[in-house]
Amino acid sequence: MKMRPLTGFRNLPVFVTLGLFIIMFGIGSFAFPGFFAVQNFLNLFIDNSFLLILAVGMTFVIISGGIDLSVGSMLALAGMVASSLLEKVHMSPILVVPIVLAMGTALGLFMGYLIQTFDLPPFIVTLAGLYLARGLCYIVSLFTIAVKNPFVVAAAHAQVHLFGGNFLSPGALIAIAVVLIGFFISRYTKFGRTVFAIGGSETSAILMGLPVAQTKVAIYALSGFCSALGGIVFTLYTLSGYGLNGSGMELDTIAAVVIGGTLLTGGAGNIFGTVLGVFVYGTIQVLIVFEGTLNSWWTRIVIGFLVFVFCLMQRVFERRRGVQGLRSVQAKVAKAG
Amino acid sequence: MASWKSLTRSNIAWALVALAALLIFNLFFTPHFMHLEIREGHLYGNLIDILKNGAPIMLLAIGMTLVIATHGIDISVGSVVAMSAGVVAILIGGDLAGNPKYPILVAMLAALAICTLAGMWNGMLVSRIGMQPIIATLILFVAGRGIAMLFTNSMQIWLYAKPFALLGQGYVLGLPFDIYIVGFVLLATYLVARRTAVGMFIEAVGINPTAARFSGINSRNILLCAGIAGLIVCSTVMNADGNNAGRLFELDAILAVVLGGTSLNGGKFYLLGSIIGALIIQTLTVTIYAFGVPSDVAPVVKALVVWAFCLLQSPKFRLTVAQMFVRREQSI
Repeated sequence: MKMRPLTGFRNLPVFVTLGLFIIMFGIGSFAFPGFFAVQNFLNLFIDNSFLLILAVGMTFVIISGGIDLSVGSMLALAGMVASSLLEKVHMSPILVVPIVLAMGTALGLFMGYLIQTFDLPPFIVTLAGLYLARGLCYIVSLFTIAVKNPFVVAAAHAQVHLFGGNFLSPGALIAIAVVLIGFFISRYTKFGRTVFAIGGSETSAILMGLPVAQTKVAIYALSGFCSALGGIVFTLYTLSGYGLNGSGMELDTIAAVVIGGTLLTGGAGNIFGTVLGVFVYGTIQVLIVFEGTLNSWWTRIVIGFLVFVFCLMQRVFERRRGVQGLRSVQAKVAKAG
Repeated sequence: MASWKSLTRSNIAWALVALAALLIFNLFFTPHFMHLEIREGHLYGNLIDILKNGAPIMLLAIGMTLVIATHGIDISVGSVVAMSAGVVAILIGGDLAGNPKYPILVAMLAALAICTLAGMWNGMLVSRIGMQPIIATLILFVAGRGIAMLFTNSMQIWLYAKPFALLGQGYVLGLPFDIYIVGFVLLATYLVARRTAVGMFIEAVGINPTAARFSGINSRNILLCAGIAGLIVCSTVMNADGNNAGRLFELDAILAVVLGGTSLNGGKFYLLGSIIGALIIQTLTVTIYAFGVPSDVAPVVKALVVWAFCLLQSPKFRLTVAQMFVRREQSI
């Protein structure tokens, strides 16, 4: 099989994101002493571990041409259920994790079923999912649940030491594993290729005999699974569950995926691009913290602006791709004639 | 009985039935629900409260109806509401004695201008650049709240100006002032949408943009108009309620439109239906509270209602159910 060239037209948005990330990290390194450090880079993994996990799931959804607005509140729900099972029922973490993951997957599966079987718009179905999960959080508890389970606390404070005194958290390791597995699934499995095919053209995918229906349901189940896993990692990160956690995170996730070069119309995208998108998001936050005087709300404004720029870029790419496609057809017709 | 058939088939009828069912349910199970009294020349009671508290959603729903009719969606309205609130709050401010910093009219016009600008921005992205509406409005959804927070320096600003309070809390002829705003906006939108060609253009674009283009309608400009319409409306809301952050407003507004029978796939729109939809939401909320459910849990019920309505609107679901009935009859 011929390898696709890495620097091809398709991967251009990813390189733009990479350039943006390097420039932003560079600006920070020049402007603030102590910014340029290996640990500061690793902190991007640690502080954005849950966002990375959500974004991997979201990348699949967006590549398939859909959208999942429920991820933020699903994260909160997973955190609430996990911390209440740990603290109120005193269940072992070994049981809690599978239960929470199964719950997230089941909710995602149900939404995927509604979307696929009854041709409902993903936007509305997952919007209702957002409502539902947020409300369910408060059925579990109206207040913050602090996690004091000794094993979980130990895991939260654990540091996995790397070279030169730098470290990663267990949550960050989980996130890295999810990214690698996600990349593998998207590139080298039948499921992954079907996702791309659905995003490119659902009708063509059906005509090609691909299992479109099952895949579409599975995509939302996967996103639900990622949200639940993100919730567990978030609980590990904050050692508590609260119903307002992760509000607005669905949009941060979508923003990261878009900045990472995944086409919102579906059909094209890259998990590593998404990782870069999360890094850009994280770097903006770190820069604002280092700067010190800026209002933290600037993060939102800058992210909004970046989404705008990248959407604009996508439109330009799409148009050029359309023109190129037309030209190649014309050339073929001319040859045949 | 052709007229009866067309009535049961229209989506407004179903919304009305749902609203009536909710009201009747409350009549029996919620004490004092239908109680109305006149206190100091104002009407008080649960029903008036529903009208009054539902006003912001009704206003947003009017604008959203037009947007959705073009097969679009606007998720930025909540953020834009927050932005206009920020502008109004800063410009009016006011000391404890109730004197505004700037004249209230100036503040309101400024807020309206900013919102219209925001709407034109959304409309431009969708129509000129060709972004999907969800994404185009996502940008303002993310950034808008940040901008609002910059306006107010992330502080809550209390409004002491007295004339401004009339908008949110005042009464005219025994009815809350908000209701008159809703009525006025509804009437104006109705006249523009139904008595001029604009409404037909909107529906044409929503049903089939390609066909509309062939028949000489410029879909881009229409989308632009819809954006403006949606936002003029939503700025009015904020003038009525200075400190409200507009959280989850966009979802309520979309829900109201869907409940009112306008299909998310664009096309035919029902302004009155959206108003009824907003009333259903508000009545539902009141009912949930009346049963002592914590307000934070209310979204669960809303979510289930949305799913149910989506299913009822889905042709595939209707077909499946119809087939089930047919099979049952055959087996008997």
